[in-house]
Amino acid sequence: MDHLPTLVTEARRAIQAADTIPALDELRVRYLGKKGEITALLKGLGKLPAAERPAAGERINEAKQALFEELEARRQGLEKAALEARLAAERLDVTLPGRGQPSGGLHPVTRTLERIEGLFTRIGYDVAVGPEIEDDYHNFEALNIPAHHPARGMADTFYFDATRLLRTHTSPVQVRTMKEGKLPIRVVCPGRVYRSDSDLTHTPMFHQVEGLLVDEDVSFADLKGTIEDFLHAFFERDDLSVRFRPSYFPFTEPSAEVDIQCVMCSGDGCRVCSHSGWLEVMGCGMVHPEVFRHSGIDAERYKGFAFGMGAERLAMLRYGVNDLRLFFENDLRFLRQFA
Amino acid sequence: MKFSEQWLREWVSPQLATQALADQITMAGLEVDAVEPVAAAFEGVVVAEVLEKTQHPDADKLNVCRVDDGSGEPVQVVCGAPNVAVGQKVPFARVGAVLPGDFTIRKAKLRGQESRGMICSASELGLEEETSPGILELPAAAPVGEGFRDWLRLDDHTIEVDLTPNRGDCLSLMGMAREVGVLNRLPVQGPAIAPVAASHDETFPVRVEDAERCPRYLGRLIKGVDVGAETPLWMVERLRRSGIRAIDPVVDVTNYVMLELGQPLHAFDRAHLHGAVVVRLAREGERLVLLDGKEITLDDATLVIADERGPLAIAGVMGGEHSGVNSETRDIFLESAYFSPLAVAGQARSYGLHTDASHRFERGVDPRLAREAAERATALLLEITGGEPGPLVEVASAEHLPGEREVHLRAARLEQALGKSLPVDEVAEILERLGMAVETTDEGWQAQAPSWRFDIAIEEDLIEEVARIHGYNRLPVRRPAARLALRPDQEARTPLALLRRQMVARGYQEAVTYSFVAPEMQRALLPEAVSPVLANPISSDLSVMRASLFPGLVRALQHNLNRQQTRVRLFETGLTFRGDLDALHQTPMLGALVCGSREPEGWAGAKSPVDFFDLKGDLESLLAMGGEPEAWRFEPAEHSALHPGQCARVLHRGEEAGWIGTLHPAVRAELGLKVDAVLFEVRLDALTHGRVPAFMPLSRYPEVRRDLAFLVDEELPVQALLDTLRGQASEWLTECRLFDVYQGKGVPEGRKSVALGLTWQHPSRTLNDEEINQLVDAIVAESRQHLGAELRG
Repeated sequence: MDHLPTLVTEARRAIQAADTIPALDELRVRYLGKKGEITALLKGLGKLPAAERPAAGERINEAKQALFEELEARRQGLEKAALEARLAAERLDVTLPGRGQPSGGLHPVTRTLERIEGLFTRIGYDVAVGPEIEDDYHNFEALNIPAHHPARGMADTFYFDATRLLRTHTSPVQVRTMKEGKLPIRVVCPGRVYRSDSDLTHTPMFHQVEGLLVDEDVSFADLKGTIEDFLHAFFERDDLSVRFRPSYFPFTEPSAEVDIQCVMCSGDGCRVCSHSGWLEVMGCGMVHPEVFRHSGIDAERYKGFAFGMGAERLAMLRYGVNDLRLFFENDLRFLRQFA
Repeated sequence: MKFSEQWLREWVSPQLATQALADQITMAGLEVDAVEPVAAAFEGVVVAEVLEKTQHPDADKLNVCRVDDGSGEPVQVVCGAPNVAVGQKVPFARVGAVLPGDFTIRKAKLRGQESRGMICSASELGLEEETSPGILELPAAAPVGEGFRDWLRLDDHTIEVDLTPNRGDCLSLMGMAREVGVLNRLPVQGPAIAPVAASHDETFPVRVEDAERCPRYLGRLIKGVDVGAETPLWMVERLRRSGIRAIDPVVDVTNYVMLELGQPLHAFDRAHLHGAVVVRLAREGERLVLLDGKEITLDDATLVIADERGPLAIAGVMGGEHSGVNSETRDIFLESAYFSPLAVAGQARSYGLHTDASHRFERGVDPRLAREAAERATALLLEITGGEPGPLVEVASAEHLPGEREVHLRAARLEQALGKSLPVDEVAEILERLGMAVETTDEGWQAQAPSWRFDIAIEEDLIEEVARIHGYNRLPVRRPAARLALRPDQEARTPLALLRRQMVARGYQEAVTYSFVAPEMQRALLPEAVSPVLANPISSDLSVMRASLFPGLVRALQHNLNRQQTRVRLFETGLTFRGDLDALHQTPMLGALVCGSREPEGWAGAKSPVDFFDLKGDLESLLAMGGEPEAWRFEPAEHSALHPGQCARVLHRGEEAGWIGTLHPAVRAELGLKVDAVLFEVRLDALTHGRVPAFMPLSRYPEVRRDLAFLVDEELPVQALLDTLRGQASEWLTECRLFDVYQGKGVPEGRKSVALGLTWQHPSRTLNDEEINQLVDAIVAESRQHLGAELRG
């Protein structure tokens, strides 16, 4: 009984000296376990006179409680240190790159076509596609370009034989859509087109998007509104100046070329716009009655407008690409820039 | 159409600076391509006369000249031009003059002889692009001492207009002036043209056998012309400013009148005409040597000018060499005719020709112009070459000449088309300014199209003209209104855009390759493929339509490998073209190619190269998007481009939908590729085909898993084992995982071990061991019986 203080002091020293959880467990058993030294003192209380027992019991219990707390504190300290050591050991260099397949990217032309399609489909246009090997009828005749029409010289055509050719524009899809006869029509027709031309600013294949709207009461004003909205949306510039220049396409009348204020120099004049401040970006017009006639649509009742644009041209202006031919070389160093 | 601004301004001269005038023309629909000064910038050049010429004492090719430059004192100048001669008038750059290219003329000594200036050639003054062989000789009347720029009126611009095919009426100064007059509300004044009185009554007979193609033909004999006469410099200059080189006075005059009025003319040498001039269709096989020296064989759709001996010219296209004017010519027969556009259309091109005349006749030449043009040309010729004009002979067929075209424009239609109502007077005024006779009707306007406007025939043509002159940019802007109707949407279809994004997510860059490929490349990959061949390819390596996406992808691979890009992952979508033209399939496909390391070089990645199963995994990720992976199968098969042991036909619902495999080593070698590549292509219609998800209730009962390892023949496709197994495993089999394929120690030679993890679950009860044991026994028995598979211990 009298050695309680010594025991406590010794136990405290041992607890402080323990540097592992198992060592602490050992000390707990040694002092506070069923056969522990403190427990033994409690068991020995019965040998004391009855009058001393409460006071002695209280002292032993206090000591027991104190050691218990000491053990717990030491345990928590050790656990914390162990966790900290582990965390320190498991530290990663989080600036190292991640693992796995990095993602690729869409071709800039696809990116552009999808963007154009998106702008139009969101306001109710459908997307239509058609064959690329076309016949003379759909590529020319039905678009009011009969044989020997001087307009055939406007686009150098790739032929397979006398009547079959690579489409020179996506306009044949217009014809095919109108012939289906479901009115009103609102479609955009993206796709590859082909012209026998190859130099710095021409490739023998490129992409167009054709648009067609046929309904009752459609006017040139609607065409102007649609084109202006489209160009503002595409370039994300509501203040972009747009002008309509009279032009000629056999399948539309009135016809117009559309110029925008140069997006490179904001109209001040630069190499890209040949110092004119304007860039020609698309052609458009009201559907020619002869085209309606070929498609079996009543030109007195219905009117329509059509427009066509080159995807590469728009992509070049949008992304600042300065060489058309890059689009078809498929150089990864080029393609990766559009991911 | 290219012309001098000064020349235009002689007809009509609005108060507009050059660029403003060009902009106005552009905005009227006649797109100005270029406005350029007619001569480069230079100063200090005057007209001078060569007074003396002596051989340079120390240089064979140089002369020492003394010229009168109007300064009072003759000036000594050393000149190396072979054509310098005493008495010549020449352009002379005085000391201090600045020539094009900022070249300042200084006092100099050439081989010891003083030279104070320079006698100039046309190219030195920027009048010609090609280097001139000698100095520019000026007409005798050129005034000595006068500034050369002023005298030749070189402060002028050429305006080049890119005319659309409907505006053939603007292929002349008269046409351009008419248009500028309309735009500026100004009168247009051309040269006075009066009939030339005949000085003899000799004619040459003309017979038109095809009046439909040639409704009007005029001819005139002009006798005793001096073809050696010199074309006046003002005419040479105007021709030059229109991009036409002077040749001889007769040709120059016909070209000049064509530019001025728009009427192509032709002059024949009378001495080579026999019997009569006959306008007729050629006879099949007739031959003709053209002015350019080329001999052609005519077909019977070609209108020709002939005499009794045969064809002399292709009507409205080009004259013949033999009957053309040459240095011996004395008497000429001048032709001024109206050929219908349909008679000329396509003719020039069918002989590989394109001439100023055919360009105009194809688009339509004013049928009323022929006489005026003939008179104008005669007058100019007489001025320059002299000669005796005969009477003008005309053969015309009123019934075949284009009739008057009356077009009605309804006010309501105009308003509907433009979205704006224009004042009645403004519309009438616009049409009248354009040369139409206009009557106002109850509904709108009745207009008679001008004879020169071949493009005006229907109401829309008038609407366009009104809109154009009123100004497109003054017309209102509106947005179309439409009913908000939902359209059907097939949920089962996987949109192409999603397939593309899946490929992107798996590390592929999208390629866009030409749809035509090199025949050698296609033959190397697909020797059996039939696809359409272009009749007029741009080059031989872009001449056959691709029968597969492989040639383009391989080409793109080569391009990148040649640029040190060794890890290539590309995909493309687009049409392939199979079959000949009459049985053609234009099939949308999606194809991909991988090459190089599995992962980009990095600190963590394995350095192993991609293989068949990498690409197959990527393809399977696409196939899974439709929600029906079980609709797809891969079966071993052979493909000309692919390694026979690493190639599969891809089946969708039992039908061939595509191919996947490693590029055949032999093909690879043939194409000069040093690395392995794996490719696939699959039909897009199959890839986009899918199903709408159908819910299956989740079972609340426990799963049972059994792992089985089979020993099978190494040649046996695992698919056969899987098929057999599924046939026996009951509908409660929920998963079958192939977790190991092994050959080596412990597995007999020629066999492989295939380990499978099978999981069963019943929707409404717990499966007991006995049931599972029975299923396993059935699987083992069936596999042994049909596939010779043994369960591994």
